[in-house]
Amino acid sequence: MSKAEFIPGNWQQSIDVRDFIQHNVRPYEGDDAFLAGPTARTTALNAKYERLKRLEQELGGVIDIDTTTVSSLLNYSPGYLDKNQELIVGLQTNRPLKRGVNPFGGIRMAEQACEGYGFELSPKVLEHFQYRTTHNDGVFRVYTPEMRAVRRSGVITGLPDAYGRGRIIGDYRRVPLYGVNALIKQKEADKLALGQGNMDEETIRLSEEVYRHIDFLGKLKEMAATYGYDIADPARTAREATQWLYFAYLAAIKEQNGAAMSLGRVSSFLDIYFERDIAAGELDESGAQEIIDDFVLKLRMARQLRTPDYNELFAGDPMWITEAIGGMGLDGRTLVTKSSYRFLNTLRNLGAAPEPNLTVLWAEKLPAPFKDFCAKLSIETDSLQYENDDLMRERFGDDYAIACCVSAAKVGKQMQFFGARCNLAKILLMALNGGRDEVSGEQVGPVGDVIGDGVLDFDDVRQRYRRYLEWLSHLYVNTMNVIHYMHDKYAYEKIQMALHDTQVERFMSFGAAGLSVTTDSFSAIKYARVTPVKDARGLVTDFKTEGDFPAYGNDDDRADSIARELCDELIGELRKTPTYRDAIHTLSILTITSNVVYGKKTGSTPDGRKKGEPFAPGANPMHRRDKCGALASLNSIAKLCYDSCRDGISNTFSIVPETLGRDLKDQQDNLVALLNGYFSQKAHHLNVNVLNREKLIDAMDHPEKYPNLTIRVSGYAVNFSALSRKQQEEVISRTYHKQL
Amino acid sequence: MTTGRVHSYETLGALDGPGLRLVIFLQGCPLRCCYCHNPDTWDVAAGQPTSVADISQRITRFMPYFGHRGGVTLSGGEPLLQAAFCVEILRECRRLGVHSAIDTGGGVWNDVCRQAADLADIVILDIKAANAELWQAVTGRDGFSTLLQLIADFRASQRPVWIRQVVAKGLNDRPKAMRELAALVAGLNCERVELLPYHEMGRSKWEKLGLDYAAKQLQPPMPALLADLEKVLAALRGG
Repeated sequence: MSKAEFIPGNWQQSIDVRDFIQHNVRPYEGDDAFLAGPTARTTALNAKYERLKRLEQELGGVIDIDTTTVSSLLNYSPGYLDKNQELIVGLQTNRPLKRGVNPFGGIRMAEQACEGYGFELSPKVLEHFQYRTTHNDGVFRVYTPEMRAVRRSGVITGLPDAYGRGRIIGDYRRVPLYGVNALIKQKEADKLALGQGNMDEETIRLSEEVYRHIDFLGKLKEMAATYGYDIADPARTAREATQWLYFAYLAAIKEQNGAAMSLGRVSSFLDIYFERDIAAGELDESGAQEIIDDFVLKLRMARQLRTPDYNELFAGDPMWITEAIGGMGLDGRTLVTKSSYRFLNTLRNLGAAPEPNLTVLWAEKLPAPFKDFCAKLSIETDSLQYENDDLMRERFGDDYAIACCVSAAKVGKQMQFFGARCNLAKILLMALNGGRDEVSGEQVGPVGDVIGDGVLDFDDVRQRYRRYLEWLSHLYVNTMNVIHYMHDKYAYEKIQMALHDTQVERFMSFGAAGLSVTTDSFSAIKYARVTPVKDARGLVTDFKTEGDFPAYGNDDDRADSIARELCDELIGELRKTPTYRDAIHTLSILTITSNVVYGKKTGSTPDGRKKGEPFAPGANPMHRRDKCGALASLNSIAKLCYDSCRDGISNTFSIVPETLGRDLKDQQDNLVALLNGYFSQKAHHLNVNVLNREKLIDAMDHPEKYPNLTIRVSGYAVNFSALSRKQQEEVISRTYHKQL
Repeated sequence: MTTGRVHSYETLGALDGPGLRLVIFLQGCPLRCCYCHNPDTWDVAAGQPTSVADISQRITRFMPYFGHRGGVTLSGGEPLLQAAFCVEILRECRRLGVHSAIDTGGGVWNDVCRQAADLADIVILDIKAANAELWQAVTGRDGFSTLLQLIADFRASQRPVWIRQVVAKGLNDRPKAMRELAALVAGLNCERVELLPYHEMGRSKWEKLGLDYAAKQLQPPMPALLADLEKVLAALRGG
């Protein structure tokens, strides 16, 4: 049998991966019966990785650090897990799980990360960076005293001012489809065209960036050559396509220690190559699955070097290698392919795992067998998250992917400036305290009077909050502008941006934490009687709350409308301050695991939450305040407006299997019905855990019994044993939906 | 418009009828089952007075989740104690095109109850015990004859039912109890017969209400024994 040619189209005239997919993709509407299990080779290789992973855990989380080399595309000799057995090759350093150092974000962070694990950064590297400006240096040259103060107090936390901002998804598919030479040619043409217009500041900056794209595309080719591959030309087989694509991703994670390094939307793209090879008789199902298993195993081996502090914020050593799977095309055909199944099947062939972060793009019209399969896998592995394709397709077309957990962007055409999150509950407390921090007592915001004694008046408190929100929003945008100007200048993502169009659309993605605490606090002030309690400093540090109030999470409009309004108000305020490079303001309601740390830094709140207690994650209602069951809680969250929160609305849902249905078939059907119902109301995201609280408690005490227990937390998945005790307790204390 | 007394709602009910269900727990119960896990639903005077319009609006909020199978279940307490209220809610379900179920303990039965049962798509009947003596011991009431009337009616009408029985160690974890149950439900149009293992999770509610927990002598059945009893029951029913 000879191999079929791809169906031609515009993709041959210009760089247009979507067009290639649309012409060549073979939607699959059948069930999972065709899938193949792991081969003996896959199982042996996976066992080898599992042994290394156990060793890594025993050694406190890091096996080894190369402290003398600065990570980049060409700075390590080739590394292998098992050179003779691997179908897909390439490691970040020369040894599996060995971490490289990447000080471009900030040298101090790199130094602390090494020290945190008992290593010492080489004096050679330290000396080199004495003569270099890092992103972190640049930011702090410009930060105003006010910016430093909000950062210190934690009103804004997690700003990417000392580490790689991440959240940029290179279109890694371009490398197999076009080969590197064609991509370089395009960039050279773009650079020439830029020179034809006015050389203003933006054009000069962009032109230099394109120079660096070309430079790093060359380095990408060299990197592949060290592994014995020539990726100058397009890939010819499925294995080559997977390998070319992986090299592109590998280059990105060698170059950037970004906070979240998504893979994009590759499975149905690769499927075109797999189905062609299978049709030509060159590959069988087991062979196809084996290549994907090996690729996913490589992704599971990706590591970045982070400080213990960072791990406290984002637990479990996450990389957010997010792969968006499924969804529908604009023409009404599904984008589910056999390889969508094959990617998900890695959870069975290699066991459950947090990475890659498998994200199902759910649509009403998704093929029913695929929905069933996803639900079944969720129940088995707790490793999937779901996002609303019908909602995103309208706004991002049918070739978008998810950066980090919930942030949609058109692949290769849009990028985002990631912006951490502001703490709404702390803004409220600051508003009551005339701009002083309720914990430290420091004057952080504009000086105002501390609120009087006696029962709080809703309108008065709302107005105060509004004033401080205006102040903070302006400061937040300005701070982000500084950060991203400096990141572009000193830690630019050369290979990832080389895999974007030269003219990209940019988002500046702000975030909010403490939505449910703040909503319930306002609801308490409005519907119950809240009296502030002041301490010796004269600051409000506690509240006496009498009477009942409606809480967010019960499908009660009195509370839910406050939550919605808080989001709409925040994005409205943020939009008033212009952004660096004319980025579009967006907002996410996402905390990941940082809801614990945010809570720790925040004083008691009027809703009855005590100082230091964790917030609920993302857009979730507060723990145990949802009293009408899970669907009421989902309905509350579904009321938040996606157009106000374009960067995503994260909701984590945990349910005991016996509550979801009597048997596996009922559980599966009910989970599908739940997802259909939630997303039909224009909700955005759902993490699904189907597991027992008892199992988690047992896993906390006997981690050795559950080496691969994976659970979903706000926007990503973690290995439960990689969480700190405090984080484990917080996960366990969360509302579990359980019916007597 | 009629109002009734509502104890609470469970919006993700996946056990009381097919698919995902909004379970409406109505206030008040004539029985005093020793292992009751909702003793706070007993008092007929408690609960939140609620109009049918309110309930209708609430049902609408959860319709997106019902799909082809799910719907509304009226539970309690004993929903049929407020049979007229049930009739109106079930009419609303019909109007909305929503599948409906009544989850009853069989402690009350009259013409209005029958009207409600006629309007429901399915009735879930929890048979506390299959002989008069044990039934009275469990429920603390002398009402077994009411249950028999109800069952006779169900047999005549052939309405679809789910049969349930709670199984506890030392109470009815015997093949004899299964034989009695099979005989009692013979001839009914049973879509499902379920044995539910007794659990102690209701106990704290008794204590909260200042009540002395009446099922102290009961224990959950051994899982293996429960599985055996399920087989016995299935064999007796010829399935």
